[in-house]
Amino acid sequence: MSDGFATSVKAWVADNLPEALKGVDIGMYGPSSLEPEILEAFELWRRRLAEQGWGAPTWPEEYGGAGLAGAEAKIIAREIHAAGSMNPIPFLAGMGVTMVGPTLMEYGTEEQKTRHLPGMASGAVRWCLGLSEPNAGSDLASLATRAVQEGDHWILNGQKTWTSGADKSQWCGALVRTDPDAAKRNGISFLMLPMDQTSIETRPIRLIAGESPFCETFFNSAQAGADDMLGELNDGWSVIKRLLQHERASQTSAPPTSNKVEPLQELARNYIGLGPDGTLADSDLRSRLADHLMDAAAHTLTIGRIMAEAKGGNVEVSATASILKNSATDVAQDRSELLLEIMGNQGLGWEGAEFSGGELHSVREWLGTKAMSIYGGSYEVQKNIIAKNILGLPETTQKG
Amino acid sequence: MAAFTEEQALIREQASAWALKESPVSQFRALRDAGDNAGFEQATWGAMIEMGWTGILVPEEYGGSDLGMLTFGLVLEQLGRQLTASPLLPSALAGASAMLLGGSAEQKSAMLPKIIDGSAILALAVDEGTHHRPENTTLEARASKGGFTLTGSKASVAEGSAATHFVVAARTAGTPGENDGISLFLLPADSVGVSRTPLNVLDSRDYANIQLDDVNVDADALLGRLDGGLPLLQQVLDRARAGIAAEMLGTASQAFDMTLDYLKTREQFGSVIGSFQGLGHRAAGLFSAMEQTRSCVEAALQAIDTDADNSAELASLAKCRAGQFLYDMTNELIQMHGGIGMTDEFDAGLYLKRARALEASYGNRSYHRDRYARLLGF
Repeated sequence: MSDGFATSVKAWVADNLPEALKGVDIGMYGPSSLEPEILEAFELWRRRLAEQGWGAPTWPEEYGGAGLAGAEAKIIAREIHAAGSMNPIPFLAGMGVTMVGPTLMEYGTEEQKTRHLPGMASGAVRWCLGLSEPNAGSDLASLATRAVQEGDHWILNGQKTWTSGADKSQWCGALVRTDPDAAKRNGISFLMLPMDQTSIETRPIRLIAGESPFCETFFNSAQAGADDMLGELNDGWSVIKRLLQHERASQTSAPPTSNKVEPLQELARNYIGLGPDGTLADSDLRSRLADHLMDAAAHTLTIGRIMAEAKGGNVEVSATASILKNSATDVAQDRSELLLEIMGNQGLGWEGAEFSGGELHSVREWLGTKAMSIYGGSYEVQKNIIAKNILGLPETTQKG
Repeated sequence: MAAFTEEQALIREQASAWALKESPVSQFRALRDAGDNAGFEQATWGAMIEMGWTGILVPEEYGGSDLGMLTFGLVLEQLGRQLTASPLLPSALAGASAMLLGGSAEQKSAMLPKIIDGSAILALAVDEGTHHRPENTTLEARASKGGFTLTGSKASVAEGSAATHFVVAARTAGTPGENDGISLFLLPADSVGVSRTPLNVLDSRDYANIQLDDVNVDADALLGRLDGGLPLLQQVLDRARAGIAAEMLGTASQAFDMTLDYLKTREQFGSVIGSFQGLGHRAAGLFSAMEQTRSCVEAALQAIDTDADNSAELASLAKCRAGQFLYDMTNELIQMHGGIGMTDEFDAGLYLKRARALEASYGNRSYHRDRYARLLGF
C-alpha cells in the first residue's frame, strides 16, 4: 500500500473529526453515559465515517463497506487513534461488525446480506447475540430455547442470558433448538429476529462491578421470519463455531480503545517510590511486576510472530486463537490485580472525591477482568480446544 | 519474525536432520557413560566446523558466512533438542562476538579464522562466585612492563578444559560491584601461571575452575577499552544469552514432544492418559508457554541482528522466559512419565540435569528479572 493512502486518511480525519470528540472514550457501557452535545458530535462522526464505508472498511461497497484491504483498514484505525479519537461504529453496531456481519458474509443469502450488512456497517442498527442460557454456558450445545415453524414464521420460546446490549439492540442473532430429537449439536439453527416485539422482554443484569451491558432476554413466542435463518436448518452449530472464531479473533486483536494506558512501572514508581539503589521500594512486588511485564511482552511478541507467519502462509491463525485468548486474559487480569496492589488503600475506593477518577476506574475494571476467563469460551474450554485440536489429544473420557 | 528466509529454513532443516542422524541424544548418553570428561566428541565438533557453523556470525572477509544470530539460534535450537555437546556456543558465538565487537583489526584477523577452522576454542571466563554477577569481578589485572599481569580465579568456565583461549573479565580499576574499571583480555590458555581444575558437573559437560597466578600478557591482549569493558561484556553476554535461550527452547521442545507422545500412548484406567483433563490442560498450558517462549527467543535474536535499541531488554526476556519454560517442562517431563521418568535408562533425567546447568549459564531467571526491571527503570 502507498504512503499516499495514509496521508489522505490523515487529512480526511483532520477535516472530519468533530473537535468535541478528541480524546473522548465511549467506554464499555456505550454512549448512553455521555453528555448530549458529545453524543450529537458522535452521531455526526458516525455518519461521516459511514459515508466513507469506514465502519467496516474491508466489506464490499455494496454492503456498506469500502472494499479495502486489511492493511488499509489498519491504517484507518491507526490514524483515527492518532487523532485522539476512536471509530464508534463497531461499538454502535454491537455484535454486528465484529461477529454477525463476517459470519453472515459467509453463510448468508444474497438477500440477507443486502438487507442486514449496510445497517451494521453504518452503525445505525445495533445487534445482540442470544447464545448462552441459564443452563447452557460453557456447554452451549445443551441450549433449550425452542423455535417452531408456523406458516412463514418461526416462533421462539425460551430464555437467553448474557445477551450484551439486548436492551439497546434492534436485531438479535439467536441460537435455537429446531429439532429436539436430534443429537444435541445437530438440532440447532441460527435465527435473526427484530428486537422490537412485545413478546421479547429484556432485563439488565447488575454485575459485581456495578452497571453492565448484559441482559437476560426472554422470548415469549417471539417471531422470526422464515427467510431470516442463517445457514441451513439444523446446521446452526457450524454457523456458531465460525461466529465464535470471529469473536476470539476480535478479542485478541482489538485495538486499544483509549490512548491513555499508563505503563504499570510508571504507576508503581509514583505510588511506591524508588529506594536508594534506584529500584522499587517494595522488592517482592518489584519481581512480580517484572514477571508480569515479561508476560505482557511475550504475549505481544506472540501476536506479532503469528501475524508474520500467517503472512508467510505457514500457520493457521484460528489454531492459535485459543492460546492468545488465554494469554490476553492472564495479562489483563494480572495487570489489574497488580494495579490495585500498587495503589494500596487508594485502590480500594468505590465512590467519592477522595479517590481519583483513575483509581475508581481501576477498581471497576479489576472486577470486570474477572469475566475475561469466563466469556467467549472459558479459560478451561480454551485449554480443551488446545489439547484436542492443536495437540491431538483424545476427547476427554470425563462426562460432559 | 519467524517468517524465515529460504536460507534460514534450509539451515534449520540441515541442522535438524544432522543432529537426529549424526548426533542424537543416544550419543550424548554414550559420552556420559564413557566418563572421561571429554565434554564433546571430536568427530561431532569436526562435522560442525565442516558445515560452516563456526563461521555463522563472522563476516566473509574473515572466512565466515555472516548469516547472523537468528540463523545461529535456529542451529542451536536443533542441537538443544538432542543435547548435542560441543563448544559451538562458547567459542563460535560468544568468543567470536567478543572478537567482533571488541577486537582491533589485527586481533580479528588473528583469531576469527582460527575460531572458524577450530584451531582455536574460546571460552568466556566471567563468573567468580556461585552466581553470575559480571559487575562483581575481582580478578585483578595490573599494568606491568609492556602489558598486564593477571591474578585471581574464575569459576565454572564452560568448555574450560577444551579452551585454547579465555576471554577474561578482569578488574583494572575501581572496586567489586562498580560498573567502571572492568576490562576484557584475550588470554592463551597455555600461558605461564594458568591452572585449570576440571569439574564433574551434573550435565556431564566440560566445566573448569581457572586459577591465574601472576599471568603476564602483552598490551595487545586487551579487548576493547581499558576500564570500560563492562558494556562490551554485556553486549557479548546478551548474544550468548539469546543463543543459549534458543538452545534451551530446543531442549524444552524435545521434552515437550516426548511428553506429548507419552500422553498419547500410555494407558491407565482403560484409557490413554492424554484423555484425562488434568493432564490435557497441563499439556495445553505447556504448549502455550512454548509458543510464547519461541516469540521471545526469536525477537531477541532478531533484535541483535538489526542492532535494535531494546536488544538488552529482549535478551533478558528471552533468557528468563526460556529458563522458566525449561524448568517447568523438565519437571513435567518427569512427572507425566511417572516411574519410568525416574529411571536412568530413560532420557528424561539427561534433559532435567542439562536444564539446570543451562539455567545457571549467563545469568539465571532471578538475575534477568532484576536486570529487566532495571532496564525498564524500576
